[in-house]
Amino acid sequence: MSTIQKIQAEIIEDFELFDDWMQKYEYLIDLGKELAPIKEKYKTKDNLIKGCQSRVWLHAEHTQGKIIFTADSDAIMTKGIVAILINVLSNQEPKDIATAKLDFINEIGLKEQLSATRANGLVSMIKKMKLYAIAFNN
Amino acid sequence: MLDINQIRKQFPILSRKVNGHELVYFDNGATTQKPNSVITAESNYYQNENSNVHRGVHFLSGLATDKFEETRITIQNFINAKHSHEIIFTKGTTDSINIVASGYRSLLNKGDEIIISELEHHSNIVPWQMCCEQSGATLKVIPLLDNGTLDITEFGNLLSKNTKLVAISHISNTLGTINPIEKIIKKAKAVGAKVLIDGAQAASHISINMQNLDADFYCFSAHKLYGPTGVGVLYGKEDLLNELPAYQGGGEMIKEVSFKKTTYAGLPHKFEAGTPNIAGVVAFKAAINFITGLGINNIAKYEEGLLQYATEEVLKIEGLKIYGTAKNKSAIISFNIKGLHPYDIGMIVDKMGVAIRTGHHCTQPIMDKFNIPGTARISLAVYNTKDEIDICINAIKKAKMMLS
Ligand SMILES: Cc1ncc(COP(=O)(O)O)c(C=O)c1O
Repeated sequence: MSTIQKIQAEIIEDFELFDDWMQKYEYLIDLGKELAPIKEKYKTKDNLIKGCQSRVWLHAEHTQGKIIFTADSDAIMTKGIVAILINVLSNQEPKDIATAKLDFINEIGLKEQLSATRANGLVSMIKKMKLYAIAFNN
Repeated sequence: MLDINQIRKQFPILSRKVNGHELVYFDNGATTQKPNSVITAESNYYQNENSNVHRGVHFLSGLATDKFEETRITIQNFINAKHSHEIIFTKGTTDSINIVASGYRSLLNKGDEIIISELEHHSNIVPWQMCCEQSGATLKVIPLLDNGTLDITEFGNLLSKNTKLVAISHISNTLGTINPIEKIIKKAKAVGAKVLIDGAQAASHISINMQNLDADFYCFSAHKLYGPTGVGVLYGKEDLLNELPAYQGGGEMIKEVSFKKTTYAGLPHKFEAGTPNIAGVVAFKAAINFITGLGINNIAKYEEGLLQYATEEVLKIEGLKIYGTAKNKSAIISFNIKGLHPYDIGMIVDKMGVAIRTGHHCTQPIMDKFNIPGTARISLAVYNTKDEIDICINAIKKAKMMLS
């Protein structure tokens, strides 16, 4: 199992513990609060992701063969979702990120939890992370 | 006194559950729910009356045409227009505004000015920007004051002999402000400008009377008025509609077509090219009858009571700020809670069956003015109750607890 898959499996396990939406949401809120802050200077227009009703900034850095993602959002639950994506994809090698299959999103019922607009935001977020990976891989 | 329980029973959707809870529908500014009479009228049309309008000699075509034209008369009476041919059926408010703005592209020139306001819906901004781009006219904007009302003094300063058109909403969909359109119309007329009123948020809440108001154009959507989607009204004064260039070409809007020269049909057909949403227009009549059956003034009074109650109750939530505190307000409450994003609030209360709107509500300039990313918005209709307000407020409190 690759690292990315292992992390995903752990997340799915975490979510299996929850009986209702409230626990899921509270978990997301906590993750959002705990997410390491992004440097202010990276909260630029270029780093802003389109498709979210809330604003999301995503910054990527390539060091020692790996990509480190940092991010922020003005909405806390969005930030929680971003935190999960960062857990899964940050500090990984570009080729692994670019080819990662993100099954956990369906498994933990995140997509159904989110409105269509937010689900679009999620898609653009993943797309942007993968695009960075492809760019750094070349 | 309205019997709200009786009214609620007419709306089948109000008894459905959302996320395991009774639905509390507080997004009426976006669209209202539909009573049985409207739903039945629409399906009955397809079951018993369907045919194309204004074209056939056969029985059903005549019937469909009669039904279609009956709605026009109903609307004429509803808004007290002088003539029924001053009522143009459109797709909705956006379409109605575009018809006028598109026509004015060729009626305006460089040096002419259009005045709108800072609290307009994007539908009453963008068509005018496009009109200005094409005609060379300039767009001027009445600024918003901190309480969510328009700066009428500044409006006076903007007005001049160059002002050709003033386009203002009757009620702000974000702030609930009822604009003093009587005053605005009078002032605009004094310099010879024409006035278009975006009545999307007004028509189901307060009484509107074209002959008293003296607006030149008035626009609204059926779907915000307990009617079907995809139907709207453009009211225009006869002489102005005659002057306004046709919008779309096609069937129904012509008198004679030849390759040398095509002549256009008279009002209202000149602006109704192609087969319209006949079923929707027919059902629209049932929606108007629903409103007039209750009495628009009774509706206004009941909703005012709801607004007052909801305002008092939400203000008890610590850190909550209402955007739009005009004295003269419709049943809309836009708010933020300190430190919280409206989106998070909306997501959580949705889980408790409460439908509110979050975001910029198609009014980004208002968000810029208050320097906020968006608001959470409660917008009420005649079928809403104080009990529902209590449920909503508890849901907001719960969201606040979870988020802070
Ligand atoms: C004030 C105002 N104007 C215009 C519109 C556009 O109406 P429609 O989408 O029905 O064309 C809306 C709808 O949200 C509105 O609230």
